[in-house]
Amino acid sequence: MRKFARSLIGAAFLAGVAAGVTSVAVPAWADTPKDSLVMAWQFDDIISLDPAEIFELSGAEYGAQVYDRLITYDVKDVSKILPALAESWQVSDDGKTYTFKIRNGVKFHSGNALTAEDAAYSFQRAVKLDKSPAFILTQFGFTKSNVDQKIKATDPNTLVIETDQAYAPTFVLYCLTAGVASIVDAKLLKEHEKDGDFGWNWLKTNSAGSGPFKLRQWKPSEMLTLDANPAYREGAPAMKRVIIRHIPEPATQRLLLEKGDVDVARNLKPEQFEPLKSSKEIRLVEALKGTLWYISLNQKNPILSKPEVRKAMRYLVNYDAMRGSIMNGIGSVHQAFLPKGMLGAVEDNPFKYDPAKARELLTAAGYPDGFTVSMDVRNTSPTMDMAQTIQASAAAGGVKIELLPMDGKQALTKYRARNQDIYIGQWGPDYQDPNTNADTFASNPNNADDAAAKPLAWRNAWDIPELTKETAAAVLERDSAKRAAMYQDLQRKVMEDSPFVIMFQQTEVAAERTNVEGMVWGPSFDTNYYRLATKK
Amino acid sequence: MTDIIKAGGDTAARRPRRPAGLPRRIAGLLVSVAMTLLGLLLVTFLIGRVVPIDPVLAAVGDRANAETYERMRHELGLDLPLWQQFGLYVADVARGDLGTSVLTSRPVLEDVARVFPATLELATAAVIIGVILGVPAGVMAAVNRGRWPDHLVRVLGLVGYSVPVFWLGLVGLLLFYAKLDWVPGPGRLDVFYDGLVDPMTGILTVDALLAGETEIFWNALSHLILPASILGYFSIAYISRMTRSFMLDQLRQEYITTARVKGMSEARVIWRHALGNIAVPLITVVALSYATLLEGSVLTETVFAWPGLGQYITNSLLSADMNAVLGGTLVVGAVFIGLNLLSDLLYRVLDPRARR
Repeated sequence: MRKFARSLIGAAFLAGVAAGVTSVAVPAWADTPKDSLVMAWQFDDIISLDPAEIFELSGAEYGAQVYDRLITYDVKDVSKILPALAESWQVSDDGKTYTFKIRNGVKFHSGNALTAEDAAYSFQRAVKLDKSPAFILTQFGFTKSNVDQKIKATDPNTLVIETDQAYAPTFVLYCLTAGVASIVDAKLLKEHEKDGDFGWNWLKTNSAGSGPFKLRQWKPSEMLTLDANPAYREGAPAMKRVIIRHIPEPATQRLLLEKGDVDVARNLKPEQFEPLKSSKEIRLVEALKGTLWYISLNQKNPILSKPEVRKAMRYLVNYDAMRGSIMNGIGSVHQAFLPKGMLGAVEDNPFKYDPAKARELLTAAGYPDGFTVSMDVRNTSPTMDMAQTIQASAAAGGVKIELLPMDGKQALTKYRARNQDIYIGQWGPDYQDPNTNADTFASNPNNADDAAAKPLAWRNAWDIPELTKETAAAVLERDSAKRAAMYQDLQRKVMEDSPFVIMFQQTEVAAERTNVEGMVWGPSFDTNYYRLATKK
Repeated sequence: MTDIIKAGGDTAARRPRRPAGLPRRIAGLLVSVAMTLLGLLLVTFLIGRVVPIDPVLAAVGDRANAETYERMRHELGLDLPLWQQFGLYVADVARGDLGTSVLTSRPVLEDVARVFPATLELATAAVIIGVILGVPAGVMAAVNRGRWPDHLVRVLGLVGYSVPVFWLGLVGLLLFYAKLDWVPGPGRLDVFYDGLVDPMTGILTVDALLAGETEIFWNALSHLILPASILGYFSIAYISRMTRSFMLDQLRQEYITTARVKGMSEARVIWRHALGNIAVPLITVVALSYATLLEGSVLTETVFAWPGLGQYITNSLLSADMNAVLGGTLVVGAVFIGLNLLSDLLYRVLDPRARR
């Protein structure tokens, strides 16, 4: 019998030796090279690399490294719109014509010169392709048939854009800072065009930009590699290469960062980054993002549609307790629909957890013993944890919430069909102008079930003809101060009485090794920049 | 599962003595393979359509306007009747076109060709570990029934069954990567070796050897060893347990007593006679274990950032990316059928009764 024991030990020994040999034969795992930045990130949301189609957070960040836009905004003071590919611009007196002077001497990665023709082509292409983010441009009255006349290059340095109405200039300009307004290499794309697709089939896995980095390789859900563009108009990036690895598990990201196998980890949760706060080798960087967490009350539910119930729900969320626990480091209390940093954002938070007050309101509504509703929750962190906390705090006021955990896409499908009671979710602005959120939280042009537009107000069956008019008026106000006041008024109204209980504004926490400096973490994902990053 | 395959094996054994002509048998086989795959596709397709996820959303996102939404719905063919959608899909598959994935914007065939070799490499390494350690462990447990080696194997097996692979993977990384520095971190290769070897098979260790890049080979192998050992541990648990019970059956048989009485050495009795006789059912166990590994282990792949089939199918399913799901299912189905055929074939080689 001993022979068998010996054979087993022998086999185990062999396996051990094999492991030993491999670990000895391979050189020690060194730190990342000085001229390359290695980042661990969950980027499996990227479905396309074409800026006319990119509409996901990770994709937007990619686009910001590879493509340049006509104008941009100051990441420290969003109200400042800055020149980028356009060195200057003018708005006509009637407020409908925008003229941009394009910089001389800028070249695409391909070596082709960048002209106003490329800019016109880029916008026309985005409108004609009509992918998800196209509405950011088409809301100014551009259609497939008129865009060639409305957006054109009058000479190699001049781009003229004509809008259908005299919109607030900030509205138009902020929309032109969005990713869909990236300038693409017209000549290169025409070479790759097939069956009138404007090179889309090629560009969704390739690049045709003039930004600080160019695409080297994209393996979906695996690896994204960018090479520096030495000829970038504002100077070559210090990092010759940026290697982004898709690391789905946050705990794995932390291990890689601590070992020095990556320089930056992007998706750490509080339980991973809290212990790193005392680390000398790792620095945590917090950047306020525009994304809001909210719960919403479907007005098709007769209980939730009572004004007192809507109000009571505002007192049943334990904002401070959540901020100190599950939202620690990843969100700050914020109750208005415009995130801090946006024109006109209201920053005071009048509602506190107060179950006694909520009970009074519920009694006034005819529910002294509370009621039972369901809440659709995507089964991811921290949404699930937030839902559980709200479930507990609402119970103290007599509202019994049944949680229905589901996949994110499933929850969204149900939400868009208005089949939910309460929904807990996130909303991030599509562009940097306040209209992006006003248009969804405070506008519902058609509350019918078959309406074409499905803003958040529609998804909660909140019929608001007056607010819809006010939102429409705000995009036409050309005086910035007056316009800001209009949005403040809208926010106060939505804050006081609406189906939306807005709770938190997201903070992005990036963990960097301390030898990395200069990464720019802006107020949105497409203002995170790698160009100025250096490594000691 | 085991029973089904065994039943299949038995049916093969009970075939009429005068076998049909070879071409006819091959044709029959092909038809049954095609029908199985078609059935599999149909079921997956229907499940995909009843899942309460809107596939258009995955393609256009939440913010697209109604026009864009409708156009994509039309492009995806979702405005057609269900039977027509399925018919068109099958016709495309018959032409070798698995469609384009919504999530990666690439042909599904290309995606699968990229992710499957990663899973194949991991699963093969894991099953090799499983067989090398699991079979002797099972034999040893059976031979020493009721004594410490038996208890040890059973406890190790129980742990293998009950500990979540996700946890074990993280602990493995923490210990062998972060603390001891024996193995490199997650991923298939150090990032700086990435893209240096042309993908011929997609299996990095093989590709590196084919290209004569020994340094890359060692790097790929060192990345493979920890996830493969962890997955392999789970096969060890299963294989050793099954080996033990098969062996116990055999050791009770009279021929074993006869062999011992004849004065045959114990090693010969166990390894030659008893093990030889359990080879046939053991092949089924190993094949099943291998097939399960080849479906891809989502959790192991997630912890080790291993871009394999499990992650691919799961991501696709959660986004209702049906082309990708169907493509992945087809591969898994083909793998199952292939391994079944292979074990059937091995039956015939190993078991003279099956040849009749």
